[in-house]
Amino acid sequence: MEIRPILASLRKHRIPATLIVLEIALACAVLCNAVFMIGQRMADIHWPNAIDEQGISVITVNGTDPGHAASDIPRDLIALRGIAGVTAVAAGTSMPLDQNPALSGFTTTPDGKTTVNSSVYFLGRGGPQALGLHLLEGRIFNDDEYADSGFKGFNSTGHVLLVTQSDAQRLWPNQNALGKVLYTNGRSWTVVGVVADVLAQDPKFSGPGGRYSTVFFPLQPDGAMGDYVLRSAPQDRARVLREAMDALSKLEPGAVLQGATYAGMRGDYFADTRSMVWMLMLVCVVMLAVTAFGIVGLTSFWVGQRRRQIGIRRAVGATRGHIMQYFQTENFLLSTAGVVLGMLLAFGINLYLMSRYEMSRMPWYYLPVSAVALWLLGQLAVLGPARRAAAVPPVVATRGV
Amino acid sequence: MFRYYLELAVRSLKRSPGLTALMVLSIGFGVAAAMTTWSVFRAVSGDPIPWKSSRLFVPQLDIWGPGNPAGDHEPPDALDYADAMALMRDHRAVWQSAIYAIAPMATPTGVGRMPIPLGGYAVYGEFFPMLDVPFEYGSGWSAEDDARAAPVAVIGDELNRRLFGGIDSVGKTVRIADQDYRVVGVLRPWNPQPVFFDVPDTGGFTMGGPDVFLPFQHALATGMANAGSVNCPKGVALDESGLAGLRRSNCTWITYMAELDDAATVRGYRQYLDDYAREQQQLGRFHWAPNNRLRDVPVFLDHEHVVPGDARLSMLVALGLLLVCLMNTVGLLLARFLRRSGEIGVRRALGASRGAICAQFLVEAGAIGVTGGALGLLLTGLGVLGVDRVLPVWMAGLARIDAVLLLLTVLVALAASLLAGAYPAIRASRVQPAWQLKTN
Repeated sequence: MEIRPILASLRKHRIPATLIVLEIALACAVLCNAVFMIGQRMADIHWPNAIDEQGISVITVNGTDPGHAASDIPRDLIALRGIAGVTAVAAGTSMPLDQNPALSGFTTTPDGKTTVNSSVYFLGRGGPQALGLHLLEGRIFNDDEYADSGFKGFNSTGHVLLVTQSDAQRLWPNQNALGKVLYTNGRSWTVVGVVADVLAQDPKFSGPGGRYSTVFFPLQPDGAMGDYVLRSAPQDRARVLREAMDALSKLEPGAVLQGATYAGMRGDYFADTRSMVWMLMLVCVVMLAVTAFGIVGLTSFWVGQRRRQIGIRRAVGATRGHIMQYFQTENFLLSTAGVVLGMLLAFGINLYLMSRYEMSRMPWYYLPVSAVALWLLGQLAVLGPARRAAAVPPVVATRGV
Repeated sequence: MFRYYLELAVRSLKRSPGLTALMVLSIGFGVAAAMTTWSVFRAVSGDPIPWKSSRLFVPQLDIWGPGNPAGDHEPPDALDYADAMALMRDHRAVWQSAIYAIAPMATPTGVGRMPIPLGGYAVYGEFFPMLDVPFEYGSGWSAEDDARAAPVAVIGDELNRRLFGGIDSVGKTVRIADQDYRVVGVLRPWNPQPVFFDVPDTGGFTMGGPDVFLPFQHALATGMANAGSVNCPKGVALDESGLAGLRRSNCTWITYMAELDDAATVRGYRQYLDDYAREQQQLGRFHWAPNNRLRDVPVFLDHEHVVPGDARLSMLVALGLLLVCLMNTVGLLLARFLRRSGEIGVRRALGASRGAICAQFLVEAGAIGVTGGALGLLLTGLGVLGVDRVLPVWMAGLARIDAVLLLLTVLVALAASLLAGAYPAIRASRVQPAWQLKTN
C-alpha cells in the first residue's frame, strides 16, 4: 500500500487529522493509567491470607466487664463449642483486616536500633486451630505457654511467639528463625514456630512492607480479648454464627455483640477498593466508546467529502478492496501517531501520579498492550465508514455532486 | 436573529439525529463524570467552618526532638498530657480546649434496654463557643464546671432522640459508663466534615456526628479510657495501660485548638509557644531548640492530607474523560459544519457576514451543549445518588445535589460545547463563497 497519497491528503485536512490523533493519544494515556490503577487494586483485593477464610466467623464483644474476663471467657467458649458444626473456637484480640491496627516495633538484638513494625495478635487457647494457621516450621503454643502469658501495656508477659514466613525472612534472612529471639523495651520472646503469611489488621495502613509482618502471642483469658473466632464448614457458618450470637447474648446480657463471617469482613475491608475499580472500569468503557464514535463520525465525514475522488479512483481501476485499504491504512497511520504520543503522555501522567500520590511505576508492558487495544479499536471503528466508501459506485465520478 | 439561528440549529440537528445524539451523549457523559467526582471532591476538601477557620489554630510542639516521628522536622500533630495541661493552665488564647476521644457506653433506664455504644469527646467548656457548636436546647458548661470537674454532659441530637425521644432533656440525668451526668445542653445535628478538631484520630472523616461531650477534668478523674490513637516516640512503650499510663508518658493522644482573633495575638501566641519550649529546654526536658508550629484550620487540614487520594484521582480520571469527550465534540462539529459548506457559500453570497455565520454555528454548538447539559444533569443526579456504589461509603455520603452543582453542570456543558464549537465555527465562517458556489 502506497502511503504517500494518504499523507498528502492528511496534510490537506490537518486539523481533523490532528484532532483524531490527539483524541487517541489522550484516550491511550488515560486508558493506560486507569487500567494500571485497576490492576493494582485488583491485586490488593486478592491479597492471599493464610487462614481458613471461608470457614471462620467472628463475633466482637464490647461492653463486658474486663474484671470478669478470666471466668467469663472460658464459660462463653464452652457454650460456643457446644454448637453443632463448630470445629474449633477461641478468643483473640483482633483479626486480620478488622481495621483496628495494633503494631509493635521489634528488634533482633537487645539493644537493636533498627526496628521492624509488626502487627500483633494475641490468641487464646486453640487460637491457631480456630484461625486455621498453616504451620510451616516448629510448633504452635502448648498449654503452659497460654497459661503463662498475660497482657500488659500492649505487650505479652509470656516468653514465646509465632512469626510469619515474611517476618522470619525479613528479620533473619537465610537463617532458620526457630529459636531466635525478638526484643522490645526490655522484654524478649523466643520464636517457636513459623506460619504461612497472615495479613495485618490494616494492611493498607501498614504499607507494602508491613502487609505480612505479623506475630502471634499466646494469651490466657484476658479483658483485652474482644473477638470470638468460630470455625466450621463453610456451609454451616451462617447457622453457626446465628446460634453463637443467640448463645452469647444470653450469656453476656449487657454487651454489644457484632457478628460477621470472615468472608463478609474481607468484603467490607475491600469495599472501597472494589468501588474504585468499578468507577475506573466505567470511565474506561465510556471513554473507549466515545473515542470509537468520534472516529466513526470523522471518517464518515471524510468519506462523504471524498465521494467524487473515490468515484474517480474506482473509475480508473481501483477495486473495492483498494478503497477499503485506503481508509484502513489512513486510520492506522493516525492511530500510530496517536498511540506514540499517548504512550509518552501516559508515561508522563504516571510520573506525575507517582510524585503526588502513592502510585508505583507502571510496568512497561501496559504501554504496548493499550496501544494494540487502541489500534484494534480504530480499525473496528473505521470498518463501517470504509465499507460505505467502498460501496461508492464509479459512476459518481461522471456526475456532479 | 438569535431565534432564527436557533430554528436553523434545531432543523440541522434534526437532519442527522445519529450524529446529534453522539455529540449530546459525549458532552453529557463527560460533564456528568466530571461533576459527580467534583461534588465528592468539593465535599471532602471543603472548609468545615468557613466563617471562622482562619481564626482557629492548632498548636504543635516538638516534644520528641529530632528524628521523631519519621525523620522529618515536623512536630507531632497532637500533644502529650503534660504539655496540653500546661497550655490550658496558661490560658493565653481567647478560647482554647484540650480534646480527647472517648467511647463510653450509655445505659438507658428501663429494663431490658441494650446499652448504647457512644462516640464523643472530653473537652473544656470553651470548646462550644470557640467552634460555634449549635445548640438545640441549653448550652455548654461553665469554666467553674470545668474547674470542679462537674458531672455534666452535652449530648448530640441523635442520642437525645434515642434516650429521651427528642424532647428538651436539659436537667435530666443520663447514665454513661456507670456514672450519672446531668444534661446541660443538646446539640442540633452537628457533624462537620472534615472533623477539624480531631484529625489525628479520625483521619478527617466520620460517618456519624459525636454523641456526647463530657468535661475533660471529669473524664480524667473517672479514668474514662482514651478512644483515640496514641503515638509514642521511638523506644518508648507504655508501662501501664489505661489513662494512668498515658498521663505519665510523653506519648501524644490529646488534640488541641485555640482561637486567636488577629495577627498580633497570633504573633503573641507563637512567641508564647517558643518561650514555653525554651523554658522546657532550660528545665532539661527538651534537648533541642524550640521547633513549634501554629497552623490555622485550613493550613492544618492541608498539612494532614485529609483530602483522600482516591477523591483526587477519580476527579483527575473524570477530567481526562471530559477532555476526550471535548476533543470528540470538536471533531464531530467540524465535520458537521464543513459538510454544509455549500449552504454557507449561499448565505455568504446573499450578504451574511463572517460574524453572522460564526454566530449561527455557535448557537448550534450551544444548543448541543444545553441538550448535553440536560442529559449531564440527569446523569449527574443519578451519579451523585448512586455514587455510594462507586466510591467509599463515607465519602459518597458527603456528596450532595444542590443549586450550585446543578447550575455548574449546565454551565460546564455550555462552556464545553462553545469551546468545542469555537474552532469549527471560525473555520466554517472562512469558507470561500465564490469557490463553493462554483464547484457546486
